[in-house]
Amino acid sequence: MKEIRIHARAGQGAITTASLLGYAYFLKGLCPYAFPSFGAARMGAPMNAFVRVDSQPVRLRSQIYEPDYVIIADHTIMRGYNCFSGLKEDGIAIINGKEEQVSVPKLKPKQKVFVVPANEIALKYIGRPLGNTALLGAFCAATGELTLDDLTAAIKHRFSAKLQEGNIKAAQEGFDLAKSKIKG
Amino acid sequence: MKELLEGSMAVAEIVKLCKPGVISAYPITPQTHIVEELAQIVADGHLNAQFVNVESEHSAASVVLGAVATGVRAYTATSSQGLFYMAEVLYNIAGMRLPVIMTTAARAISAPINIWNDHQDVVSLRDAGWIQLHAEDIQEAVDLHLIAYRLGEDKSIMLPVMVCMDGFILTHGMETVDMPTQEQVDKFLPPYKAPYKLDIENPLTLGPLVDPEYYMEARYALNETHKEALALIPKLTAEFAKVFGRTYNGLVEGYQLKDAEKVIVAMGSVCGTIKEVIDELRAKGKKVGLLKITSLRPFPVNAIYDALKNSPKVAVIDRALSLGSFAPLSAEVKAVFFGKTKKPQNISSFVVGMGGRDITKDSIKEIFRLMNGKDKQTEFIDLKPELLKENYE
Repeated sequence: MKEIRIHARAGQGAITTASLLGYAYFLKGLCPYAFPSFGAARMGAPMNAFVRVDSQPVRLRSQIYEPDYVIIADHTIMRGYNCFSGLKEDGIAIINGKEEQVSVPKLKPKQKVFVVPANEIALKYIGRPLGNTALLGAFCAATGELTLDDLTAAIKHRFSAKLQEGNIKAAQEGFDLAKSKIKG
Repeated sequence: MKELLEGSMAVAEIVKLCKPGVISAYPITPQTHIVEELAQIVADGHLNAQFVNVESEHSAASVVLGAVATGVRAYTATSSQGLFYMAEVLYNIAGMRLPVIMTTAARAISAPINIWNDHQDVVSLRDAGWIQLHAEDIQEAVDLHLIAYRLGEDKSIMLPVMVCMDGFILTHGMETVDMPTQEQVDKFLPPYKAPYKLDIENPLTLGPLVDPEYYMEARYALNETHKEALALIPKLTAEFAKVFGRTYNGLVEGYQLKDAEKVIVAMGSVCGTIKEVIDELRAKGKKVGLLKITSLRPFPVNAIYDALKNSPKVAVIDRALSLGSFAPLSAEVKAVFFGKTKKPQNISSFVVGMGGRDITKDSIKEIFRLMNGKDKQTEFIDLKPELLKENYE
């Protein structure tokens, strides 16, 4: 079983991120359970979305406290929340932001962090600062959980026309960026 | 076909396949994506139904009451305070013997305002005369709607059915669902043929004033019908298995009950978490089990007795309260065993997950651990004692 925790603000597309991730796993024949946890029901309020995935249907309904991976869709949330709480010894974090904006806490030796300027990538291809697909591209490269093709298939299922095209490009750039960081 | 679907979308899809002629809902919170999606389905011409947007849940319930009274299959959905605002009409729907089917996203109630999941709304409505079925996962929620229409519309029953699914955890969660085809649904669920209806050619009165000469018999009959529903549910689930290939008991479901020394009784999605914990504890040689209650109304007294009569220790999980008394489900499970020779040595009562307080594997392990000691009565799990120390003097 793998557990992914997404930190975001309401309105930034965390549920879309979780459902794209879930769908990519589903297309691989795995059994995801993707679910949100809302805080105050208004835009901008910090919230979580979760994906728990296994080869068998997932029965566990609790939130995720010891994630294998975290995706932080807005680095400003790190000021108020310990987004790394419970992250596994060899866990990986994907953070939306620019390197100079993000102060990463002290990590355990095997933990890894990938900072991706996903909003800039999204603005370039989609015209709006919704960096979810760029972050997911980086997630695929950083974790090896999914191929870029898996993610692309999920994006094609979710979006059509220009939005589909832009999101596929954003995912590709996120993927390439994380790949280059691994090599670098 | 297997699809990855949000619970609300999956329910909207199965309701579409059940072909209701009237859907009515109050579209604003507390509401789910179910009716939002159904409104879209109707607007897109994929379902030949009238979607009646109303100004309150009281009106939504009244519209579906009226629709079924004229012999049309109908559907609505609500939650929390919305369910309470419907309450007056819900008792009428049951008393008028109209098989309305409603989904309720089980959620907390005000005050304080809280939108999250527990069972206080639906459990409070247990005496309304509706049949009440509780789903553990999204697939079961989907399938229970098919059972609900068959059960409610059966001429021997003619009662409304509420399908309860945990708010957010199931309504907003996504998981793999095997969605039936229209052909399968049509095979299992024929069009609704009302044995009585409002018809200007053949006038009749539904829900009239009934004086003391007759009233008691009407209420007695309702209660008797619930007993008949207990017998019909397993027959319907057996028929369901033949068409759809999925097996449910429909009343209760045992998990690792054989030889279990400690058994938790629960309803809804928490049963998944409990099964997960049971597998872990069983791997360590602990003899633990679960009795899931699917049908809260009618209450399956005999099935519960048979399942638990040899269990030494039982703990009932409530996600609702009967303020000032015993937690409701625990009181009913205890009543099953009053005066019986064969019975558990202990039946403890625990309250968990109120207002969306997360129920973790540790919460469940704590309950199994507390079952070692004396009886626990209405014991709250994961309570924060430090929050109880406020002083306003």
